[in-house]
Amino acid sequence: MTTGPGEDTRVTPPIFLERQSYRRRRLLDAARLLPIMGAALFAVPLLWPRAGGGADGVPTSSAILYIFSVWAGLIVVNAAFGRLTRGMNQPPGRPEETDRDGDA
Amino acid sequence: MATFNLLVAVSLAYVALLFGVAFAADRLAATGRSTWLRSPLVYTLSLSIYCTAWTFYGAVGYAARSGLEFVTIYLGPTLVMVGWWWGLRKLVRVGRSQRVTSIADLISSRYGKSNLLAICVTVLAVLGITPYISLQLQSITLSFSIFFQETDLQGFSETRLVLWVAAGLAVFAILFGTRNLDANERHHGVVTAVALEAVVKLVALLAVGIFVVWGVAGGIGPTLARIDASPIGQWQVNGGRWAAITFLSAAAFVCLPRMFQVMVVENDDERHLRTAAWAFPLYMLLISLFVVPIAAIGLKLMPDGANPDLFVLTVPLSQGRDGLAMLSFLGGFSSATSMVIVAAMALSTMVSNHLVMPIWLSRRGGGASVSGDVRHIVLVSRRVAIGVIMALGYFYFELSGGGSALASIGLISFTGIAQILPALVGGLFWRGATRTGALAGLMAGFGLWVYTMLLPGIGSGLIPASVIDAGPFGIGWLRPQALFGIEGMDPTVHAVMWSLSLNAATFSLVSLLTFPSPLERLQGAQFVNVFDHSAGPRGWTGSVAQSEDLMIMSQRIMGGREAQAFFREEAARQGIHAGLPEPTPAFLERLERKLAGSVGAATAHAMIGQIVGGSSVSVEDLLAVADESAQLMEYSSRLEAKSAELTRTAAKLREANEKLLQISQQKDAFLSQVSHELRTPMTSIRAFSEILRDTEGLTAEEQTRYADIIHEEALRLTRLLDDLLDLSVLENGEVSLNLGTGTLAEVLDRAVSTALSGLERPIEVRRRRSAENIVLHTDLGRLAQVFINLISNAQKYCDAPRPELVIAVHDLKGRIAVDFIDNGSGVPPEAQKMVFEKFARVVHDKAGGAGLGLAICREIMHRLDGEISYLPDRSGGAFRVILPAAVEMAAQ
Repeated sequence: MTTGPGEDTRVTPPIFLERQSYRRRRLLDAARLLPIMGAALFAVPLLWPRAGGGADGVPTSSAILYIFSVWAGLIVVNAAFGRLTRGMNQPPGRPEETDRDGDA
Repeated sequence: MATFNLLVAVSLAYVALLFGVAFAADRLAATGRSTWLRSPLVYTLSLSIYCTAWTFYGAVGYAARSGLEFVTIYLGPTLVMVGWWWGLRKLVRVGRSQRVTSIADLISSRYGKSNLLAICVTVLAVLGITPYISLQLQSITLSFSIFFQETDLQGFSETRLVLWVAAGLAVFAILFGTRNLDANERHHGVVTAVALEAVVKLVALLAVGIFVVWGVAGGIGPTLARIDASPIGQWQVNGGRWAAITFLSAAAFVCLPRMFQVMVVENDDERHLRTAAWAFPLYMLLISLFVVPIAAIGLKLMPDGANPDLFVLTVPLSQGRDGLAMLSFLGGFSSATSMVIVAAMALSTMVSNHLVMPIWLSRRGGGASVSGDVRHIVLVSRRVAIGVIMALGYFYFELSGGGSALASIGLISFTGIAQILPALVGGLFWRGATRTGALAGLMAGFGLWVYTMLLPGIGSGLIPASVIDAGPFGIGWLRPQALFGIEGMDPTVHAVMWSLSLNAATFSLVSLLTFPSPLERLQGAQFVNVFDHSAGPRGWTGSVAQSEDLMIMSQRIMGGREAQAFFREEAARQGIHAGLPEPTPAFLERLERKLAGSVGAATAHAMIGQIVGGSSVSVEDLLAVADESAQLMEYSSRLEAKSAELTRTAAKLREANEKLLQISQQKDAFLSQVSHELRTPMTSIRAFSEILRDTEGLTAEEQTRYADIIHEEALRLTRLLDDLLDLSVLENGEVSLNLGTGTLAEVLDRAVSTALSGLERPIEVRRRRSAENIVLHTDLGRLAQVFINLISNAQKYCDAPRPELVIAVHDLKGRIAVDFIDNGSGVPPEAQKMVFEKFARVVHDKAGGAGLGLAICREIMHRLDGEISYLPDRSGGAFRVILPAAVEMAAQ
């Protein structure tokens, strides 16, 4: 946290912001973790027994349920993350660059 | 049913609708009332060109053959989208800030705007996409053929049909994709049409799926039961393939030229990615949701030997749902056309920017400003490129026999394209990645892909069966599908593993070993740290650039009106209201980016380079810049040195001034002292001579006494004047030394005898003669004068009852110290500092000297390169004379 130019009147905001930016960092950590978690969950079927040689495999209906549930879960979490990080793309204090189509 | 004609009519009507939509969207975009066209929804839907006819038809076929494995094709991209904050965000930011036009452009841009690399990526992309395009041709042809079978038309020829489809798609792509030039202007029309097609294919697939689940199977429960009872009812996925294809699809999702086109080039706003990050996985989930049910029901309903790739069409047809079949056909048609349009657009941009334009430019030699319409050339080359790409797809279809399953063709394509991944990821995240490394990695991966996958995939046409079975020239460990003797691996996993791992290894290793050029390092920093500074690289020092030439060239590339507008805007930015803008570096940079949007970064760089006089950033330029700054630094350091010198001079002047003041004061003090010293004897001389003259009756004795006094005072006066003269001569440095050689003992002997001769009670002198046998080369007379002075001082001032003087000689590391120490009370501490000053007399009443003796001694020793000092820590008066080392040791 940079110490603002404020004086005694602004003692509480920094603590509040500290907490906020801490949350933000952890949120980004979670975002980084998400694809790894997804990959791990999608790798679970590698452990399932396969059909063949008389042995029974996992029924396809269960497989469908598992895979599509994980999939849907990832989508929901990712959507939530997108909502939470709205406006976090630019560093704080800088205006959102809306018209970047120009020849900047 | 009159299906075939209806089919053609519906297809044409659909194409017309798409044209209408595209045209309207372009019009809307031109008027600037296109806010919804730039919405995240359209962006997300445009990403759906990932789901081609391969998805639409192939996924069901894939599922019917190998169960749930098909889903890996969508899991990979889902993971990429889920990790958008990590990767895609950076990719999109880089793409936008560098104004790249294609993946080849991005790679070339990253590695120092290398066109060779761009050519490699382009060739790789064309070869990799060719099977994919042939896949679209195949699927459309197959879907048509279904209706042919239904209507049983005579004279059906698959080959002719494919040719027609290919030609139709080529025309379609040309009309759509090459209407306007600047790839960075964003093809709003195309993107909108693609979004519409995305909706159509999703609706079609969902409709078929819902029909199958609720219409045929009778609900979700029965459907799941039927799935479990079908041949694909159990988990039978090969683990290696599961992992490899997931990874492969993730890689291809990022590297596919058409995906890059919609994801990066057509991106209007980075924030759309935020929405697409969840919306696009959702789209893929919905697309795959009914694949297994359709496959399972299809396997049950359709006769053995029916092509499972076409279940999406044939299942509704077999149930008599012609309308649904038609919708499904349109869905497949949409998938194929949208993919072909965007892929052809992306590839033709790459081909024209990186193959045609550089060749054309180098053929013209003189430069872009001479003549010819570059705009025209670019458009023509793009159209020709689309034709050639479609022709390649057609030939691949013919060569491979069109028989292989859709899925395997798609995987061949994916693996080829995925070879770009190491160079792309390395370029985005590793500053140490070099051009040579990227080139080597690409070559290695590309070669392995062709050898282990593409050639065997085409079949016996290009590679004999003996090579596949026994390896080239019978070398077993070079077998294309069992490299290094590792057998039994799935061919796809084998090819993916070897090509990508060796690609990445070569890329890393060569990057580590090679050294990047300055431009590469500059671009590397720009890419890797894109979030720190999203500005472009400094490229031009446009002092020589001619604005007119730039204007002419830009008009040709961007079109007259647009170029003029751009130049006017730039001039206004520079504050020029009429005329062309100055070719400032900033302007040139912006112009280069603008042009890069049309012809690619490398070409734009080269074109401006030609006009600006070849002054693109080369090593020499950087060196010149470095030189310049070095000169500046030198200049400023010289300035600094000068100012320091001035400060020193000023300090010296101040010092000199102080000294002058001091000297002036000293002179005043000296004058007053001299006059005082002179006045005392003068007073007595005057007084006694007056007595002699005026007093009557003086006895002879008295007369003699007074005359003696007068004489004595006159002598003293003379001595004083002699001393003063001596001192002034010494101080002015006018004295000429009379150098001679003798021993210290001789000098001391002379000094002692001179100083003490004729005295009643001479001071007792103690010496150690053995230490005095030192040869001196100096002015012996002057040195003796110093010694005499010191001895007579001791004689005069030593107040001990039995005065004694010790003369001791020491050797001080090559200098000789001669100490004169008496046993008197010495010089009081407060006077010690003053003893060598003129007229400094410690005891005033013992007049005899003028107080100049020690001052003279000091001056003499100074002349003789020695020194004289008072030793304060001895009991008696102690003086030390230090002589410089001479050739003294010779005598010992």
